[in-house]
Amino acid sequence: MNFFQILSEIEKTDPEVFERFDSRRRVFKHMTGFGKKMTAAALPLAMGSIFNKAYGQTTSAPSIPDVLNFALKLEYLEAYFYNIGLQGDGTIGNNTTSAAQTSLRGKMSAQNVAALLKIRTDENNHVNFLTDALKKAGATPITAPMVSQFDFTGGKGNGNGPFADVFSNPATFLAVAQSLEDTGVRAYKGGAPYLASNDDILTAALNIHSVEARHAARLRAMRRAGAMSTAPATVAAGTDPTTSPKSWISGQDGGGASPAQTAAIYGAGNAPAYTPAGITFPAEDNVTQGGVNLQSTLASLNFPASAFSEAFDEPLPVPTVLTIASTFTVTGSTFFA
Amino acid sequence: MSNIIKPGEDEVGFTKPLYAPIKRRSFFMYAGATAGITALALAGCNDDSDNTSMPNMVDVGSSSLGVLNYAYALEQLEAGFYTSLREGTYYKGLASGTAEKQILDDLYYHEVIHREFFKAALGTNAIKALEPDFSAIDFNSRASVLGAAKTFEDLGVAAYNGAGRYIATDATGLQYLVIAGKIVSVEARHASLIRDLVLEGSFVDSDVVTIGTNGLEISKTPTEVVAAANQYLKEGSKLNVSNLV
Repeated sequence: MNFFQILSEIEKTDPEVFERFDSRRRVFKHMTGFGKKMTAAALPLAMGSIFNKAYGQTTSAPSIPDVLNFALKLEYLEAYFYNIGLQGDGTIGNNTTSAAQTSLRGKMSAQNVAALLKIRTDENNHVNFLTDALKKAGATPITAPMVSQFDFTGGKGNGNGPFADVFSNPATFLAVAQSLEDTGVRAYKGGAPYLASNDDILTAALNIHSVEARHAARLRAMRRAGAMSTAPATVAAGTDPTTSPKSWISGQDGGGASPAQTAAIYGAGNAPAYTPAGITFPAEDNVTQGGVNLQSTLASLNFPASAFSEAFDEPLPVPTVLTIASTFTVTGSTFFA
Repeated sequence: MSNIIKPGEDEVGFTKPLYAPIKRRSFFMYAGATAGITALALAGCNDDSDNTSMPNMVDVGSSSLGVLNYAYALEQLEAGFYTSLREGTYYKGLASGTAEKQILDDLYYHEVIHREFFKAALGTNAIKALEPDFSAIDFNSRASVLGAAKTFEDLGVAAYNGAGRYIATDATGLQYLVIAGKIVSVEARHASLIRDLVLEGSFVDSDVVTIGTNGLEISKTPTEVVAAANQYLKEGSKLNVSNLV
């Protein structure tokens, strides 16, 4: 076996092979130890590890199917959440109603229940849409996850996490709902650049993205007005954004609905190495757009400081979103791994 | 820098000036220096259309810069609307601390910031300041103002979503795509809330979202959008988007 000849063969079909290695110094570390330490028997294994690092999914930009499946995972998370809380056994297409669901609904105004059912419908339809889109693209959609993979209390499977009363207390339910929708908005924004090569798929993703934002705004209104409000839009935001948020994100919203668990949703993302040049993932209180600090440049407008962060939502990269979403999976689940 | 409008010249008007000149170069230094500069050099001036079939219209141009100018035009319209409504008796009658006062103030801030952002980002490639025609809106009427706000916000969301595909896929284009994404979700938040103010529970109704089928926003092509937007623009300021293809 001649390692360098293999690389040379790869180079014929992938001229960037050396660049791929070059951009990943860990690989070179592997290679320097090669002659000294590796026995012939260990060689195939070591090479497998090198190529995984160069070509593995964790270090290369996601493909269109990767991004669509990533989005599909988030849509499953959202759809199951509304299904379990409001109607159905969690899975897509099940519409039975349990006593617990009737009880939760009874603690909210009819207007709010109707709004939540609309959101539930959208999220279930997003699951179906993305599943179909992946199939039409010739890719394989992920298998529907088991409901038991999720623990929406944030307890990682013990059902008694920080959101222990998520399906019996409307305030907790709305807090988690807002967190999921705000995460979704940032996630689609972060995924969009990887869909840009396909106009129709990009447009479809943008058309989901804005619907998630519409949901988030409604949920935020419901939170500031209270679950029993019959007209949440008519209630002004209070001074504490964690309990009485505006419909848009102001600064980092004090860490969101439950700061100990939700602060990362409004924080900065860790840009993966494959991120296209110039795209960054600042926290939601960012006021610099396109390299221009708008707050200082437009200081003469005398607008409130918060307006400059509110006017722009921020993206999050895929790995950061997966970490956030894994708050709601059970220990050992690889769904958001 | 000679075209900076002096303070006081247009206090509440449509073209609220930037009193401090924005460092345009820093935008493109950030936004992938060479690609940005190349795009600028190729784009030329978009202010005057010499398309004989659409005389006296404002051509937004093509590709990434065309989309930016298209967005700038729509943000001018929105910012102008929220600026004008502040002179009407409906807004002036809103008590401090009420939801509608808070919402209309925020929307005014956000849309003016969007407009000024695009103006700075586009620099010399920006289309001119457009002259709006809001004669169809009664700024003394809550229903008229909120109805128009709903129209503008929904139109903005549909427009951004429909224009993403015309942005180039080079490094600069991808940065613009993300920036457009940062704005459109805020517009969607606006639209959701304004719609619920106009009619409780209408935040994802079937005129804007395919709620019965796949739950997608109903995006609009630039041609569809300007058919609506041009009703609010004076002769000489109406938009031509024929090069966004």
